[in-house]
Amino acid sequence: MIPAETSENVLQNSHIINHQNVMISLKNIEKVYRTDTVETLALNNISLNINKGEFLSIMGPSGCGKSTLLNIMGLLDAPTRGEVSIDKHDTTQLNDKKLAAFRNRKLGFIFQSYHLINDLQVLDNVELPLLYRNSSAKERRQLSIEALEKVGLSNRMKHFPTQLSGGQKQRVAIARAIVGQPEIILADEPTGNLDSAMGSEIMDILLQLNERDGTTIVMVTHDENMARKTHRLVRLFDGTQVQ
Amino acid sequence: MLKNYFKIAIAVLKRRKFFTFISLFGISFTLTILIVMTAFVDNITGANYPEVNRERSLYITTLQQKNVKYFSQQNGPASFYYLDHYVRTLKTPAKVAISSLFSPTNTYINNKKLVINLKYTNDAYWDVMEYKFIEGKPYTLQQINNGERIAVISEDTKKNYFGDVPNVVGKYIEADNVQYRVAGVVKSVPATMFVSYADLYVPYTVSKTDYKHKSLMGNYTAILLGNSKEDLPKIKAEYASVVSKIKPDGGFDVFVSGADPYLGSFLRATPLGDSRNGGISKLIFIGSIFVLLFMLLPTLNLININISRIMERSSEIGVRKAFGASGMTLVGQFIVENIILTFFGCIIGIALSFLILQVLNNSNLIANMHLTVNLTVLFFSLVACVVFGLLSGVYPAWRMSRLQVVTALKAQ
Repeated sequence: MIPAETSENVLQNSHIINHQNVMISLKNIEKVYRTDTVETLALNNISLNINKGEFLSIMGPSGCGKSTLLNIMGLLDAPTRGEVSIDKHDTTQLNDKKLAAFRNRKLGFIFQSYHLINDLQVLDNVELPLLYRNSSAKERRQLSIEALEKVGLSNRMKHFPTQLSGGQKQRVAIARAIVGQPEIILADEPTGNLDSAMGSEIMDILLQLNERDGTTIVMVTHDENMARKTHRLVRLFDGTQVQ
Repeated sequence: MLKNYFKIAIAVLKRRKFFTFISLFGISFTLTILIVMTAFVDNITGANYPEVNRERSLYITTLQQKNVKYFSQQNGPASFYYLDHYVRTLKTPAKVAISSLFSPTNTYINNKKLVINLKYTNDAYWDVMEYKFIEGKPYTLQQINNGERIAVISEDTKKNYFGDVPNVVGKYIEADNVQYRVAGVVKSVPATMFVSYADLYVPYTVSKTDYKHKSLMGNYTAILLGNSKEDLPKIKAEYASVVSKIKPDGGFDVFVSGADPYLGSFLRATPLGDSRNGGISKLIFIGSIFVLLFMLLPTLNLININISRIMERSSEIGVRKAFGASGMTLVGQFIVENIILTFFGCIIGIALSFLILQVLNNSNLIANMHLTVNLTVLFFSLVACVVFGLLSGVYPAWRMSRLQVVTALKAQ
């Protein structure tokens, strides 16, 4: 395992060297939340490049803008100012339909509270991203089973999410995130609701995905130990990048 | 994808059973009322036994006399004289049936009172109507002209008066203190068929009132049968020409009458009435608005329930959007789900309608009335289901599709 500081330095350098390999590029990102009376600056001039195959973690105190940054990277939220490019595609001008297609092909999400659809069986939950592609039912089934096998849950395909433990739910969420073979996985505190043993299991799966499949992973976490296992760490404080 | 939508729709229906019940109840109850009501309307206004020739018939059920100076008006059926003199002599109709309104008379059988509804008819009445003779035959023109006391009775009257006997032709039946010889027995007609319903049909010539009296107003109606539907405008025009020459009686200065389709003939004397088709178009227009308003209530109810139901699913909406569903895809999904819900409501509504019609038919609420589901109504009910589904699904789905992914995910 590479110590966090060392890996950051190495990858920051490699990022500079391998500019052509940039998978996610954020330029001068600002996010302002406005209400009738208050204006809150959630992200302040963040510029960040993440390379293909990189495993980056984002840390910082609660409310510092970690999830907002992740949502902007994942095209789930739009920045107030700045540019987001993914795989050299400027996403600023994409309409709802194109954004949806882009998310479907390029991105996979893992949420702290899993966000599984409780009314659907595990297999149906996993095949969700494939519903929005032109893949046949047979193909969807096949890929979903393979994804569940990767996370060691092929024996729970016919279960409903409410019948699973927290760790199992998160593994289903990972299967759903990887079933469409996206190049990027964005994980928002994937181990936040789990005990340390379960958390380690989930982290191992993510590391495996990164190492074996070369998937670019960006993970928001509060856990220093988890962050240390990643290639690079970005720290935020009050919406500003401090590391 | 549809299978996935179907699964989720079923799961959502199961999840909030009370909401599901309210939604399904609203749809099915509305539909049931519509189907049962239209079955009634269809039974009353449709070309049913024995008035199966309504499509090529025009009716004269009401005459109107007005006094413009005193703002007085008289509406009512025609006299036999009027119909015999001015209507039977028309050239364009193939046949003209003349019959009185039915009037109840009492008769006694084994010291038990029996109310018999009596109707006076001419001979053409039996050609224009298509009564099913269970035994015997109708009386002839000769028998009418001879003033023979002869009668055609309904099957129910045969049973009530003579009991369970195989043949009654040639036997005598007493009504209004007159003995009539039975010439034939016909299948009974429900009382909702105002023109053709009676228990006892007898020649107009045996009527105790003076059928030769020359007043215009009386107690008779006429049906003008054309050779085909295409003949009706000609008949209408010829009758209008005759009417224009008739002078009102009884101190009135305006005389109005028209030959109209069945329903229009009754509407003519109402505020809806007009000279074109008796006011049927206005009635259909008002009926359609009523049906629309009637359907609007469960639709608004569904919209309301759907909004809260869909917003409960904001996490799912967020997830679907995150994994590649566009706003329009989600609108499609929720509309499909809603159509599935309304489809179930329709199935229940149709089943409930059949059940209620069966109960109504068996209860003999109106004797001899057999209500059936009109296939056209059934088709339009299914169309209404789709419209229901679309109307009540589009707005909530559109609102939901505008939800930001992040907001939707946070709402859990």
